[in-house]
Amino acid sequence: MSIEIRNVKKNFGDFSALNDVSLDVPSGELVALLGPSGCGKTTLLRIIAGLEAPDAGSIHFHGKDTTERDVRERQVGFVFQHYALFRHMTVFENVAFGLRVRPKETRPSDAEIKRRVHELLELVQLDWLADRYPPQLSGGQRQRIALARALAVEPKVLLLDEPFGALDAKVRKELRRWLRRLHDELHITSVFVTHDQEEALEVADRIVVMNKGKVEQIGTPQEVYDNPATPYVYNFLGNVNQFKSNVQKGEASIGGSNIKLEKENQQADGAALAYIRPHDIDVQRIKSGSAPAFEVKVNYIHAIGPLVRLELQQLGQDAIIEAELTQERFRELGLNTGEQVFIYPRNVRVFADNTASA
Amino acid sequence: MAKKHNNVLPGFNLSLGFTIFYLSLIVLIPLSAAFIKTSTLSLHEFWVAVASPRVVASYKLTFGASLIGASINAIFGLLTAWVLTRYTFTGKRIIDALVDLPFALPTAVAGIALTAIYAPNGWIGSLLAPHGIKVAFTPIGVVIALTFIGLPFVVRTVQPILEDLEAETEEAAASLGANRWQTFTKIIFPAIAPALLTGFSLAFARAIGEYGSVIFIAGNMPMVSEITPLIIITKLEQYDYAGATAVAVVMLLISFVLLLAINGLQWWNSSRNTRAI
Repeated sequence: MSIEIRNVKKNFGDFSALNDVSLDVPSGELVALLGPSGCGKTTLLRIIAGLEAPDAGSIHFHGKDTTERDVRERQVGFVFQHYALFRHMTVFENVAFGLRVRPKETRPSDAEIKRRVHELLELVQLDWLADRYPPQLSGGQRQRIALARALAVEPKVLLLDEPFGALDAKVRKELRRWLRRLHDELHITSVFVTHDQEEALEVADRIVVMNKGKVEQIGTPQEVYDNPATPYVYNFLGNVNQFKSNVQKGEASIGGSNIKLEKENQQADGAALAYIRPHDIDVQRIKSGSAPAFEVKVNYIHAIGPLVRLELQQLGQDAIIEAELTQERFRELGLNTGEQVFIYPRNVRVFADNTASA
Repeated sequence: MAKKHNNVLPGFNLSLGFTIFYLSLIVLIPLSAAFIKTSTLSLHEFWVAVASPRVVASYKLTFGASLIGASINAIFGLLTAWVLTRYTFTGKRIIDALVDLPFALPTAVAGIALTAIYAPNGWIGSLLAPHGIKVAFTPIGVVIALTFIGLPFVVRTVQPILEDLEAETEEAAASLGANRWQTFTKIIFPAIAPALLTGFSLAFARAIGEYGSVIFIAGNMPMVSEITPLIIITKLEQYDYAGATAVAVVMLLISFVLLLAINGLQWWNSSRNTRAI
């Protein structure tokens, strides 16, 4: 079932949590709402669920206006960050809850409930925990039970609020792969909220980047990573070096060098901000060719892991430039701290600088 | 050499020793004095003192009225706690403070005030009298006095538990299709039940021992509205010390058994919901 969100606004007192948000979630997709805390992503999720009412705007499920409908009638499965399991019930009873509270006419028989619950517990691979109580489970297990509980009512839409936020890094990675697989099996329209860009990039079919109650960009992980629509998105999805720049006739001047901008990245003349990702910087010992280069000093080398991180300082400037090299390339160069080298940006993104006073 | 077990909290022996000493001094020694005094009676004298019809009637009234009072408090105390935690309204703090008043008020003052209101010529009593309902100087008056003094117990034990309840579990129940009543009976009530039971037993225990507020409104008619603590006082005034302590011992034993039963219920409830780890 598809979800359409139309011009939703929500204020909490003076704070504007959502400011005219519109969004389409196609049927069967796994969509991530990505943004820092306070950007309104959880509020949006709660409004979709019906746990919160929008001040203005509407929510449609499969074209039908559900704005006024109660959470009980929306047939959504909601998974909370802190699981919200019923502590006084066994795992089995937790999962069975949604079936047991149905009115008599639609309530399945006890045998049917038993069958369905065990089926779901098998789906989340925790059938052996059926008789335990939630406080006896680990965080990852609890979250999987919470998911099984949400799926028990056969929701049309699955909503997950920072589902892995309270788990440690390793379990988190495992669970998000598992969620992806589960979604590929069930094809239920799902929206999950996260502040972890890596999680969103890895799991989602589509990412909605949010900032200060607004949608900054919607696209596939590839699209938003490769072609960020705004400096904010660029900044949020990974490390970045930012330079003050000036665009003149299709060339951006950065730190004294002029860099030709590519066709799809043209900007009007004027003040601009240029961004270069650390892994888009090539380091050379000697200046070669006519390509624009910066002369920099190596301040610090962090050589743990598959990538070597360099902290570089452009000569005569304060700004620190971060670069990432493969271990191989690093050994080839044989760099030491304090040395002077040349760097060549491979991929520069330029955005008009709205903050600069002209 | 046995390795000394190092606990993060030192002083277990000292603090336990002091606790036992303190409890002995404050509770056990005075109580055992009652038993010792009682033991000066012969078995027959004891039986006459504790099982005469008038005394038995007072047991029934005391324990019956206390049970009713504590039950009323369990219901309306829960409601009060609910209102105080779930809603915001002007004057909430005043109502919150009002709840503690039965604790602070001298019980005799409470008794006189209740009697003045419920007597046939009082504010409420004069409204009820034409309908043939007599409150003051009847067992109903006893129940009202015992309800009054027990109110804070339930409210104050349930309130913090209600405040700590995660709103998320209720939202989860709603998203799973549970209506409000189902959410209350299946999610909220099981979570607050232990606290409610504790509040109930505290209110009950307090009501059994209550004297000051009851004697004014009860009217103290033998066989009808005479409570056991009054019987004890009456015996003391007649210098029948051993008889008084005999009745006190019976009261103590009944109270002890009842509180033990409530604790057992509590234990059963919590072991049913094993919360290990």
